[in-house]
Amino acid sequence: MPTAAGSSPAYDDVDVGTELPSRSFPVRRVDLVRYAGASGDFNPIHWNERFAKSVGLPDVIAHGMFTMATAIRVVTDWAGDPASVLDYGVRFTKPVVVPDDGEGAEIAVAARVSEKLPDKQVAIEIQAVCGGQKVLGRARATVRLS
Amino acid sequence: MPLDQALVGRTFPATDPYEVGREKIREFAEAIGDPNPLYRDPEAAKHVGHPDVIAPPTFPVVISMDASERLWGNPELGIDYSRVVHGDQRFVYTRPIIPGDRLVAVLTIESVQSRGGNDIVGTRADIRTAAGEPVVTAYSTIVVRGPEA
Repeated sequence: MPTAAGSSPAYDDVDVGTELPSRSFPVRRVDLVRYAGASGDFNPIHWNERFAKSVGLPDVIAHGMFTMATAIRVVTDWAGDPASVLDYGVRFTKPVVVPDDGEGAEIAVAARVSEKLPDKQVAIEIQAVCGGQKVLGRARATVRLS
Repeated sequence: MPLDQALVGRTFPATDPYEVGREKIREFAEAIGDPNPLYRDPEAAKHVGHPDVIAPPTFPVVISMDASERLWGNPELGIDYSRVVHGDQRFVYTRPIIPGDRLVAVLTIESVQSRGGNDIVGTRADIRTAAGEPVVTAYSTIVVRGPEA
């Protein structure tokens, strides 16, 4: 369960190694179509199977930015106020392949506190895995706690 | 042909102002499947001290992507968009984006490397209000795959 909107964990209550509640997020084709529309990224590799295969991909793949948006939810749900995220960066290591089979794909996200910083800030390391492969590398966020 | 090192430091003209709307923030939140009330409910957002709803952390891509088009839309650079892959992305936030913000992005090329036949271009997009207030900085690395890669 996400914490109530706006209620954030206390800096003094977290330690290096504190794990955030992990979650899995389903991704279906319709999610990619909706994301294309909302973000303005209509690259056909994200919705057109024929095109994706013609450029050597196994199938349609999720927008990297969709995966990035999904992964930070584990942090924003924990932090309460998404504005407490001060810095967020990822490397796109493997594509999230989304087959048109009624099930799509699933992104499993886990995160832990990796460092306590001054000014009630903590560094968070995020893991995002799909089909047994890490889809994000060096995924890190800096969050200000209460 | 590898991209010219002389491009490092090049800054492109600012994008046209993008006016952020409450319903656009809601639409983006729906599209990432995130039910967080702070993206939808002004009262919930005010309750935690924001003047209005706030945009999700990756929302700035809506504005920075416009700036990135300065790269592949530029015949002088000759970047083939169909060979462009997103390598990494980072946002450093000054404050959350809220409805009514009129945002412009200025793109700067920070690095150009050639590796294994690919061009790797590091960019920074400074996103500010049209009045000049800094809001968020977006760093992206794009990989332009070479013909043999």
